[in-house]
Amino acid sequence: MQIGIFTVGDVTADPTTGRTPSEHERIKATVAIARKAEEIGLDVFATGEHHNPPFISSNPTATLAYVGAQTERIILSTATTLITTTDPVLIAEDYAKIQHLTDGRVDLMMGRGNTGPVYPWFGKDIRRGLELAIENYALLHRLWREDVVDWEGKFRTPLQGYTSTPRPLDGVPPFVWHGSIRSPEIAEQAAYYGDGFFHNHIFWPASHTRQMVALYRRRFEHYGHGSADQAIVGLGGQFFMRRNSQDAVREFRPYFDNAPVYGHGPSLEDFTSQTPLTVGSPQEVLERTLSFRDYVGHYQRQLFLVDHAGLPLKTVLEQLDLLGEILPEMRKGFAEGRPAHVPDAPTHGSLVAAAGGARDTTVHATDDVTGHRVEDDAPVQATA
Amino acid sequence: MTRVVVVTAGLSQPSSTRLLADRLADAVTAALAERGERVELDVVELRDHAHALADHLLTGFASGDLAEAIGAVARADALVVVTPVFSASYSGLFKTFFDVLEPETLAGTPVLLAATAGTPRHSLVLEHALRPLFAYLRATTVPTAVFAATEDFGAGDGHLASRVHRAAGELADLAAGTRRTTPRRQAALPAADDEFGEVIPFEQLLRGSDPR
Repeated sequence: MQIGIFTVGDVTADPTTGRTPSEHERIKATVAIARKAEEIGLDVFATGEHHNPPFISSNPTATLAYVGAQTERIILSTATTLITTTDPVLIAEDYAKIQHLTDGRVDLMMGRGNTGPVYPWFGKDIRRGLELAIENYALLHRLWREDVVDWEGKFRTPLQGYTSTPRPLDGVPPFVWHGSIRSPEIAEQAAYYGDGFFHNHIFWPASHTRQMVALYRRRFEHYGHGSADQAIVGLGGQFFMRRNSQDAVREFRPYFDNAPVYGHGPSLEDFTSQTPLTVGSPQEVLERTLSFRDYVGHYQRQLFLVDHAGLPLKTVLEQLDLLGEILPEMRKGFAEGRPAHVPDAPTHGSLVAAAGGARDTTVHATDDVTGHRVEDDAPVQATA
Repeated sequence: MTRVVVVTAGLSQPSSTRLLADRLADAVTAALAERGERVELDVVELRDHAHALADHLLTGFASGDLAEAIGAVARADALVVVTPVFSASYSGLFKTFFDVLEPETLAGTPVLLAATAGTPRHSLVLEHALRPLFAYLRATTVPTAVFAATEDFGAGDGHLASRVHRAAGELADLAAGTRRTTPRRQAALPAADDEFGEVIPFEQLLRGSDPR
């Protein structure tokens, strides 16, 4: 079981002080949060990708590479990568490069973005969102698996004899998750490829998450990747904790009441009963988190949104310290009753092992005068 | 069995909007009985869901009783909708309920439109506001819409009663005579386990077929 955090990089005023952090502060805070995540023993740090105020999460690859250089163990991921508006040729390069730089500590989650206007900013047509997600990913999937790609689609210029570089580390592409809240087509896409499916979960009733995950599991089995309970499922989660439950509620309420997403709507009490949001003691957060399995089955990745609603960095880091304290219990709880045939989330190491070991897949250029290729001379040693 | 749901947006207690809604419900039940149909009647008082509707606008999902009310409307074979006239149109609460329905929820559903107001000068709200709204939702509205001004409740001329009778008959004819030919999108029905009952196979999505 992988446990981690995800951020969407919103710049939100702290409703208790009225103070809004600068972009610079928020960008640096994101790095501090990622480092803290590794320090407390989390498995995953994932960043969102937004290209409009009030977010600082544009250019997620720079953030991930930078965090990768400052960490040693944690898996870097996205929540989400905009497969609709980003050229798959660029995604293939960017994440293969980060894979090499971080020795395989990267995976991705595909998504379609938070706002319609993002499409024209990148020259795309909002009306084709779903089709873009499907065609672009089909191309990305090939770019990481075939050294030389001939390709023609509806949404970008054709490719002829194209080689994406660098080739994936050890011949193994980064694992891919597909994130969707309410599009059955995306669950279907994840199932078709045998990729992971992530349900954001946090703003939705359990009944909805349960149905989306059940659909993905059913179709995963249909496409022959394993039994339904072996499908690779990730969930979001959201908490605010203090040692004393009442303190947590008192401190978090003004943040909740003014939060950009649900503020000025349902009461904190209603929302915590209707969605996975848990505001209380570490023990309550632990128990609630472990109960998610009741409606999605044993799953592979749990990501929490911790830095949101204008919470100051200091508070976010305190939240992570508390999460670190219950982490061993949480891992133990997730392991309880977990059947042996339910797999863990794929990692670079497990994917390399499944592929029968690391291969160097560097594609060497052919000398365009003599036709001579480097690999004609001597075998190349694998890197790992 | 014909499932009839009455959606009423009156705010006061008692409300003349609810009064009209009840008269229409009785008339529709009687008209269906004349046509040999048994009726299962549900009344959705939007006032009871006012908070949940505001929450839905912000959270994107229906909670508790509102989810049940939406489910009842989605499964209805016929609807009677009644709103008070506020500022020359339907009330905001009335509109909000229809705003939060999933697309296609009402496609093909027979609907009887009705409204109340303090003065008959508002009567064209039915034709200029309600009918276009339900045309957009692709519901099938019956030709007679029923408007009741305060003075109609005091008039002994039977005009209101005859309009109620005529409209109920039109709705009963539609509800009893037509069974829906085009199934609604599954996702429009918030039933427990069949929200995603049908999926479009991925090969078809890859070929670029219209997913809807």
